[in-house]
Amino acid sequence: MKNLPILAVLFLISCGKSVSPVDSGLENQVFHFGNGSEPQGLDPHVVTGVPEHHLLTSLCEGLVITNPKGGPNLPGVAESWSISDDGLVYTFNLHPNAKWSNGEDVTAEDFVWSWMRILTPALGSQYPDMLYYVKNAAAYHTEEINDFSMVGVKAADSKTLVVTLEQPYSFFIKLLSHYSTYAVPKDTVLAHGTIDDRNGEWTRPGNFVCNGPMQLKSWELNKKIVVEKNPFYWDAEKVQLNEMHFYPVSNESTEDRMFRAGQLHVTNVVPQEKCPVYMRENNPNLRIDPYVGTYFYRINTLNPVLKDKRVRKALAMSINRKQIVENVSQCGQKAAYSFTPPGISGYEPDTSIPFSPEEAKELLSEAGFANGEGFPKLEILFNTQEGHRKIALAVQQMWQQYLGIEVELVNTDWKVYLSREMIGDFQISRAGWIGDYEDPNTFLDLMRPNRGNNKTGWDNFEYDALIELANAQQDIDKRYEILNKAEQLLIDEMPIIPIYTYVRQYQLSSDVQGWDPNPTDTHHPKFVFLQR
Amino acid sequence: MEQKSQSLWSDAFDRLKKNKLAVISGFILIALIVLAIFAPWIAPHSYSYQNLELGAVGPSSTYWLGTDTLGRDQFSRILYGARVSLLVGFVATAVALVIGVSWGIVAGFFGGKIDSTMMRIVDILYGLPFIIFIVLLMVIFGRNIWLLFLAIGAVEWLTMARIVRGQVLTLKNQEFVLAAQAMGVRNLSLFFRHILPNILGTIAVYATLTIPQVMLLEAFLSFLGLGVQPPMSSWGTLIRYGVESMEEYPWMLIFPGLIFTITLFCLNFFGDGLRDAIDPRSSD
Amino acid sequence: MLQLILKRLLVAIPVLIIVASLTFFLVRLAPGGPFDSEKAVSPQVLKNLNEVYNLNAPLYEQYFDYMANALTGDFGPSFRYPGRSVSEMILTGLPVTFELAFYAIVFAAFLGLIAGIVAAVKKNTALDYIPMAIAMLGICMPTFLLGPLLVLIFGLNLEIMPVSGWDTLPGDKVLPAITLGAAYAAYIARLSRGGMLETLNQDYVRTARAKGLSEFKVVMVHAIRGGLIPVLAFLGPAIAGLIGGSFVVETIFQIPGLGRFYVEAAFNRDYTMILGTTIFFSALIIFFNLLSDIAVAVFNPQARS
Repeated sequence: MKNLPILAVLFLISCGKSVSPVDSGLENQVFHFGNGSEPQGLDPHVVTGVPEHHLLTSLCEGLVITNPKGGPNLPGVAESWSISDDGLVYTFNLHPNAKWSNGEDVTAEDFVWSWMRILTPALGSQYPDMLYYVKNAAAYHTEEINDFSMVGVKAADSKTLVVTLEQPYSFFIKLLSHYSTYAVPKDTVLAHGTIDDRNGEWTRPGNFVCNGPMQLKSWELNKKIVVEKNPFYWDAEKVQLNEMHFYPVSNESTEDRMFRAGQLHVTNVVPQEKCPVYMRENNPNLRIDPYVGTYFYRINTLNPVLKDKRVRKALAMSINRKQIVENVSQCGQKAAYSFTPPGISGYEPDTSIPFSPEEAKELLSEAGFANGEGFPKLEILFNTQEGHRKIALAVQQMWQQYLGIEVELVNTDWKVYLSREMIGDFQISRAGWIGDYEDPNTFLDLMRPNRGNNKTGWDNFEYDALIELANAQQDIDKRYEILNKAEQLLIDEMPIIPIYTYVRQYQLSSDVQGWDPNPTDTHHPKFVFLQR
Repeated sequence: MEQKSQSLWSDAFDRLKKNKLAVISGFILIALIVLAIFAPWIAPHSYSYQNLELGAVGPSSTYWLGTDTLGRDQFSRILYGARVSLLVGFVATAVALVIGVSWGIVAGFFGGKIDSTMMRIVDILYGLPFIIFIVLLMVIFGRNIWLLFLAIGAVEWLTMARIVRGQVLTLKNQEFVLAAQAMGVRNLSLFFRHILPNILGTIAVYATLTIPQVMLLEAFLSFLGLGVQPPMSSWGTLIRYGVESMEEYPWMLIFPGLIFTITLFCLNFFGDGLRDAIDPRSSD
Repeated sequence: MLQLILKRLLVAIPVLIIVASLTFFLVRLAPGGPFDSEKAVSPQVLKNLNEVYNLNAPLYEQYFDYMANALTGDFGPSFRYPGRSVSEMILTGLPVTFELAFYAIVFAAFLGLIAGIVAAVKKNTALDYIPMAIAMLGICMPTFLLGPLLVLIFGLNLEIMPVSGWDTLPGDKVLPAITLGAAYAAYIARLSRGGMLETLNQDYVRTARAKGLSEFKVVMVHAIRGGLIPVLAFLGPAIAGLIGGSFVVETIFQIPGLGRFYVEAAFNRDYTMILGTTIFFSALIIFFNLLSDIAVAVFNPQARS
């Protein structure tokens, strides 16, 4: 009886001391991945998020894969391809050994069927527009035509895929590393549901078949997803990892603790509070990689006060971006003076937004609101999150201080925020856009008239024409010149106020090798391995 | 009849005075309330002004309790936080009180079918997962402080109703009430002059004990991101930020956490003391 | 006894129906739907999605369909996780939350009863004041403060406890159980002390003492019922608090339980998941309140009215 307390303590102590997952992972080449939130699912034509992107990168492979060091995509399922002189026809030669994880060959017909699937309206995919660049794809999806054979994707033979585009889009290859363009195994999908059944069971462990370096081993809801090496992958010899364990840790502080306790090799984020501290102490595990994304404020240009572009520019010029990235977000972000992040695929936007309160005050005067008099209270809408709140607070203070206008902060939860933005029930709203592929088009296309993601009410047909012109341009330099003109027009009109360029901040264990920073944060498992 | 209640009260007061812990708690609470009311005049700095270049610094002569990561003075924020937390505590408790006490009185006083129906409703409501509804309400309708008061009050009134009803029932059957009835005193008068003074004590006790529950509930909602909206920050919000930074900037957690816990301590000790003073049998 | 059970069950059914209906309409009133995402959905795609989940039908039709299915235990597919049904997800998360709550209550009962009994027996000594003060601390400290503190001390500094997880590392259930149970240990300590104090003054206890029974026997055999009864009565209502507490603890410690599912579902507007879990939690609360009433009735014949 007396010894009980001592025994209890000893028992507790012995419970805790065990080999950490990172240590045991080193021996067995098992990678422990902190993956943010629980993935929605595994169907590449149905899911939409980043955790799903990480999973699908390991389980499936598209025609091409992202180059881990950035730059042009590398061959994936397609070992080579050729482009016609007019830039409209792409011929892909599929790898002779490309197989599904059940041993069947990956064929060109698989791709044709898969693209038909994602373009089938009843499936309700949220990414069909990735394939709209293909001839008649949009028409098929919007049900203008009903015959898929009219769409520009054909199987010349079982290992040759021919794609015809609407315009000679020079960035088409870059799109094809995105999971919405992946192929899915027709027989497996149809064995567990119909072509357009979102709730089909083909993605369950035991049923799931795909063509990536890993295959699905188990899925414990909200706990862990385990994938293991796929022996049928065409490049299986290069793959050194045996297993990857994906953990859905949504709480940032918890994830940080798990990493420090040796339970994860990589985290999804770094908690806001810790980033500046880790930076100061030169934490060797801290990674801050450039990311293809822009943090900006949307302006509702239909608002009576905000429809004057002088007002919008005044607002933009009284934000001290340097102070925000250094003192508020404090995690290596870069101030943004353009909508497209500079350096994507060699594109350098030639725009500027000077921090000039004097000029801003003048512009505001010209617009009829000298010193902010008569200016109605402005509302900044954002979804409830500490980072957004801090930035909004800083901006609120800057606008009040430099322009004399009153600003109110309104935060709502994610869904409400989205729906308010969608229906235009806002004046200024916080926004972020992450590019789907490494090309300025993924940003500039956003602001075209009638784009669902525009949400600002800014419909500028001069801008639209410029983008259209750029899309038809095959020469890269000439194309970038035209895009720059569009970018300058955008910044001059300022329907959106860029604030900073995103970075991906996370912690990476020193055991991880072959993990290169790239703008789309894609880390193909065949390049990664563990070594101390 | 007056004499009896008077001596009851003065007896209770004497017992309360003897309970040193309760007395100290009471004084601390009064001090807090005064500080909270006069916060706008006492606070050395604005609770919302951010000194971005300063960032988080420890306690110093300018910033008595340090600053948070946006350079905001913690002392001022705690003072203003007191206003919010105590406001939520008192108002939500008041809501619970009004509903619960009325309910309990009506049920207990009228008895019979009215009583059993009303208490049946209370029983049914006990079966509802209120936490879930509150979360849902805050998520759906946004973080409106009035909604917060209502929602929290709506959860806490049930216990109050049960206790008050129990008290009323007991009192109804006591000699002095029966005697008054025999003498022909009418219902309303009976109620106001004989029953109400005697349940005031119980009401005070349970109200004091409900306030900390409410404050904890609000802190819980703040943790989930559903409490009061910024820039208004309650102590719950401050603690939440403190937890996030507790390793790097421990003062962000220690001070709000300490004062929150002390306040709840005092409320509980004072409430306990009140209860012991009014009904001495409950602790001997 | 049987009457009591039957009566309560009869009341339970309309309660559940009210809860389900209330939640159904509440959630549908909410702005923002399950398919809103940062990448705007074209009206076409939205229409197709709504079609799949029957969201285009008139509201009352959706309501009746849902209720009819719910009666057979079919709560529909989750909106957020295509391919998974709500019942499936509840069944995955429930055992975990149940286990967590169980350990928490066992810990709370154990610690609380011992502390309460000792405090009552050694009234007005240090063995009374100190445990009761600690108990007060347990009541006054929010779970989301206690949890990270424990992790900080035992997980990161002393390194004797795992920082998170459930069933992944040995001993990872200890800190979550303690965090969740702490407040309850405190309540139980106070309640059992109060109950014991009342009982210790009763005649039959004095008789037992007079008969020459050892103090230990007097306390543990005769008086203990008085200490247990308020605790048993408390257990029913405690379940509602445990559910709320599980939200916080499961988030802090990364536990794949029903509480975490629920909070995420609420934020994601996963209608079916919200409804399913709400109904389920209600049923749980009703059940445990009933159990608690039965336990009290068994131990205390006087309360059977």
